Amino acid sequence: MEINKLIKYNLFPLGGDREGLVAMEQRKKIHPHKFTLWVGIGSLLMMFAGLTSAYIVKRNQASWQTFDLPSFFWYSTVAIVASSVTIYLAEKAFKQREMSKYRSLVVSTLVLGVLFIVFQLLGFQQLYAHEVTLTGNVSYSFIYVIVLLHAAHVVGGIIVLLVLFAKAFSRKTRTYNSVPVELAGTYWHFVDALWIYLLLFLIMIR
Amino acid sequence: MSSVATLQHADVHDAHHEHHHHETFITKYVFSQDHKMIAKQFLVTGIIWAIIGGLFSVVFRLQLGYPESTFPWLEDLLGHWAAGGKLKPEFYYALVTMHGTILVFFVLTAGLSGTFANFLIPLQVGARDMASPMLNMLSYWFFFLSSIIMFSSLFVQTGPAGGGWTIYPPLSALGDASSGAKIGMDLWLVSMAMFIVSALLGGLNYITTILNMRTKGMSMTRLPLTIWALFFTAVLGVLSFPVLLSGAILLLFDRNLGTSFFLSDIVVAGKILPNEGGSAILFQHLFWFLGHPEVYIILLPAMGMSSEIISVNSRKPIFGYMAMVGSVFAIAILAFLVWAHHMFVTGLNPFLGSVFVLLTLLIAVPSAIKVFNWLTTLWRAKIRFTPAMLFAIGFVSLFISGGLTGIFLGNSALDLHLHDTYFVVAHFHIVMGVASFFGMFAGVYHWFPKMFGRYLNNTMAFIHFWITMIGAYLIFWPMHYEGLAGMPRRYYDYSSWSSFNMFNGLNEFISFVAMIVFAAQLLFVFNFFYSMFKGRKVTDTNPWGANTLEWTTPIHPGHGNWPGEIPEVFRGAYDYAKDGKEFIPQDVPVGDDETKGH
Repeated sequence: MEINKLIKYNLFPLGGDREGLVAMEQRKKIHPHKFTLWVGIGSLLMMFAGLTSAYIVKRNQASWQTFDLPSFFWYSTVAIVASSVTIYLAEKAFKQREMSKYRSLVVSTLVLGVLFIVFQLLGFQQLYAHEVTLTGNVSYSFIYVIVLLHAAHVVGGIIVLLVLFAKAFSRKTRTYNSVPVELAGTYWHFVDALWIYLLLFLIMIR
Repeated sequence: MSSVATLQHADVHDAHHEHHHHETFITKYVFSQDHKMIAKQFLVTGIIWAIIGGLFSVVFRLQLGYPESTFPWLEDLLGHWAAGGKLKPEFYYALVTMHGTILVFFVLTAGLSGTFANFLIPLQVGARDMASPMLNMLSYWFFFLSSIIMFSSLFVQTGPAGGGWTIYPPLSALGDASSGAKIGMDLWLVSMAMFIVSALLGGLNYITTILNMRTKGMSMTRLPLTIWALFFTAVLGVLSFPVLLSGAILLLFDRNLGTSFFLSDIVVAGKILPNEGGSAILFQHLFWFLGHPEVYIILLPAMGMSSEIISVNSRKPIFGYMAMVGSVFAIAILAFLVWAHHMFVTGLNPFLGSVFVLLTLLIAVPSAIKVFNWLTTLWRAKIRFTPAMLFAIGFVSLFISGGLTGIFLGNSALDLHLHDTYFVVAHFHIVMGVASFFGMFAGVYHWFPKMFGRYLNNTMAFIHFWITMIGAYLIFWPMHYEGLAGMPRRYYDYSSWSSFNMFNGLNEFISFVAMIVFAAQLLFVFNFFYSMFKGRKVTDTNPWGANTLEWTTPIHPGHGNWPGEIPEVFRGAYDYAKDGKEFIPQDVPVGDDETKGH
């Protein structure tokens, strides 16, 4: 079969685009796009490390006030952990070509992701009701910035899931390339793990 | 699966040929995904920024050298910034700030590693393109967007950011602090956020390409030193830029949403501000956690390229290849552990200060190893004094001169006196600014034939080198004396202080030389664009007799770099003057009777 047909019908096992093609020719061990994502995750971690370090430095200074985290943050934790499970199962289903199961699992992940965001917003509403506002004490400002920045990364993940969703339900594309699904899965597990880290951090260091 | 992979391998370059036929002007020159074109885009954008940033320095040097004079043409150039032909103080600060921002980020980060990492990594590791050409293209366009935003800030009524390139709060956090803290500051922050995204997308690609896409036989220890340097540059960028981003986000919140991360107990014009509990020093920590690695992000590519060029033009292997790699690695680690030496006078705990002194002075060790190896490579070599070689040797000279004053400044006790004086200005301009520029010039002169298939004009190049080399020392050497005498940086008019009157003549001299050196750079710019179209054509695929893989490509390589198979690598990049041969390229198999190593 000619290479252009391979491209046209997306029959490459490891990246159907021309870009993946160039990458594939010299592929070693790990797919370059996956490796790029891991380095990117390292980079994102540094941003949150910067913020949490700033938080630790500020905490030791005068006028730092503590407060309790809203209960909705716990519900959102349940939602995002569950979504990590569903995307893991989706990945597995995709690789085993169980497409209807894959579709329903992508939808479940998407719903859980949106639920996470909704719970976060409700959590902020609770905080606001307890007069924990953005412009109040520095400790209040920090929680807004850190949690909202994480939520922005979850929104980015939801956009990726929407693309997977559109592809999964499209009648035109038949793709057997699992790299995009695996990339989305890795990123989603990352935002999940990052949330758990932030939650533990905010509970333990007050 | 294996049969599919075999098919692909055989047919890859057919796909590339077909790809060429569909290239339009837009896909080839504008939204190109070819790493070589993206490199040229970074270079040309960097050159434009360098002209703007350099011109700014000429304008504020006019104020510093001739504080009593007026220049009517300045008003024509800058409008109300220089009403009556005299630069206003607030725009003097804006120009100083923009000069720093432009040169540090837009020229010596994007223009330098953006250009050469993009150009050299795939060519020298033996890859058809970057790991993700798409992200690579986005990296340039984020840089372009960032450039447009920064450029537009020059045209707002209150002027661009004016709080220094380090944008310390509270000056940068309060819009009422100065005219340079209004909309110009917001545009600066937004532009830098875009810039950081660009740097990260680039860095991810560079790291992945180097680790993951080397050709057969190209083990890590066979990599040219340029690639090692660009690799650690990318690692530094990927780990430190996000921290600046977090600082910039907090600053944006402070400026626009009323938070108090960096603000506390501030009175402006008799009015007490409501902000409480913030710390301006916190920003300095976040800033310098990037800011110091940034110095090496700028310097390492220049080191790597100079190493390569010095070896090629000495016709000798680089002395101590592994020591060169190890020292770059050590510098990259130490780069993260010394940031507080920028903050010795902030009331830092003296014990902590002494730890940072120790770590800072440790950098002298890998730096000295590098200098020793460059000099021993040059020692008794058959040196070819090409323009690239002259600039590479100039780099070594400047790195030594500027590095030595770093030992002064790294001492907290001495820094109490020298902090924020012209000594600091002299130090970092020589060791990081001009030295990196020399590395960049060396790179441009050396790889121009590969980029455009033509040579730069040598006569213009030699004039450019000598004026720049002598001029750089004439400008920055005297500043050490001004700094030792306590002359602070960033002041608008030193003639108002009788203690600094003795430097009036010297300041005038520095400004005069700065103008000549700037004119010499315009000569380079002319040479660059003239030679791109009219320069002498390259007729030999390997004009410098170099060993690295980029010289195994055709004179005008297409997208995909090699028309056939990617060459296999059998040896390191520095087999010069071996077994009676002048040079042995990396793709030449090791002969049976060849002596082992060097």
